Amino acid sequence: MNTRIQVTVNGVQYSHMVEPRLLLVHYLRDVLRLTGTHVGCDTSSCGACTIHVNGKATKCCTMLAVQANGCQITTIEGLSHNGDLHPLQEGFKECHGLQCGFCTPGMIMTAADLLQHNPQPTENDIRHALEGNFCRCTGYHNIVKSVLYAAEKLKEHAVVH
Amino acid sequence: MIPATFEYEKVTTVDEAIAALSNDDTKILAGGHSLIPALKLRLSRPGKLVDIGGITALKDIKEEDGEIVIGAAATHADIMYHNLIRTHLPFFTEGASTIGDIQVRNYGTIGGSIAHADPSADWPALILAADATIEVQGSSGRRGIKATEFFTGLFSTALQPNEIITAVRIPLPADGTKGTYQKFAQPASRYALVGCAVVRFADGKTNIAFTGVGENAFRDTGAEQALSGKPINDENLTAALDAALQNVDVLGDHYASVPYRRHLAKVFLRKALLEVK
Repeated sequence: MNTRIQVTVNGVQYSHMVEPRLLLVHYLRDVLRLTGTHVGCDTSSCGACTIHVNGKATKCCTMLAVQANGCQITTIEGLSHNGDLHPLQEGFKECHGLQCGFCTPGMIMTAADLLQHNPQPTENDIRHALEGNFCRCTGYHNIVKSVLYAAEKLKEHAVVH
Repeated sequence: MIPATFEYEKVTTVDEAIAALSNDDTKILAGGHSLIPALKLRLSRPGKLVDIGGITALKDIKEEDGEIVIGAAATHADIMYHNLIRTHLPFFTEGASTIGDIQVRNYGTIGGSIAHADPSADWPALILAADATIEVQGSSGRRGIKATEFFTGLFSTALQPNEIITAVRIPLPADGTKGTYQKFAQPASRYALVGCAVVRFADGKTNIAFTGVGENAFRDTGAEQALSGKPINDENLTAALDAALQNVDVLGDHYASVPYRRHLAKVFLRKALLEVK
């Protein structure tokens, strides 16, 4: 029996009847057409499907859409504002933090969770925080640089305002 | 991978959850980080899921009657960040921080982990070493099950089909107690290829628990006897390592063969014992 869910995704409210077995990642990609969230390993290892549910990084290939009923969701599409890239997106661009780009949305969403809790992470903090996100191209080095770049940007931003 | 179809009911109280469990074909859904992967692989095909994620009372972490009480639906991250745990059970903080990754810790729950009883899960070893009691509730009332009597086999526990775990209770460790969790993590899943939890009390009593080694997590009484009440010196350490894992059916798989896993387990027992010395 289908169940009604109401969710807020990137500030927009949605209401849909869904099958209980529908995974949240498929709801986002196939129903809402938000295809920035990727399905990689499909076994909650690789982190390509990382989004924020009520502000916390979550692997949404391992979550049912019905579990998200009433939740606030942010996906990679919700990070930029009025066309201005989020400092993490800018960091990945400036520091060559991606090659094929498949892992990038998940990397950025996990890094955004880290920066909320720890605005000035060390390189070690970043590597530990990203242990649930796999990149098969970059060797991680530039990803770490990208997150450090974003932390620095956010600090400048905080000083200016 | 798509799970087979099932019915879904969200409940807001433990009584509602137990009432919904009257059907054998029903499973409890908490964080879902053990169950959903099993549903996706169709290793598990329940007819109905009862979602207890909305029972806020099950998320509490508190001190009560000389015990730390961790609600079954507390997430690994809730436990990792909790001051009460950091103060009284720092090896739980340490252990929780090694579970999966931050995304998994944000959703997976302690109750779900021990109910699922994966042979490589971290919590079973930690709660065994901490002399924990698992509080369960079913249609015939509440009972406590000692952690040492809870894990009965591969993915098997003493939990009855109509019971749910409500909390894990850990006696407050006396001053001078030291604990640690040492684990060799599978690099993708971060499950324990071997995990060893040791709690050493001020009087020298030593609890040693392994996960990832056999079909279920267990206390290694042979190694405990070799050390309990004795100083951790070279001689006693060697005796404990020799006594460890006797009569244990060590698991072999494509990550670690039987001899390698047996060797690793002793390496990590040694690391753990040196940590609590």
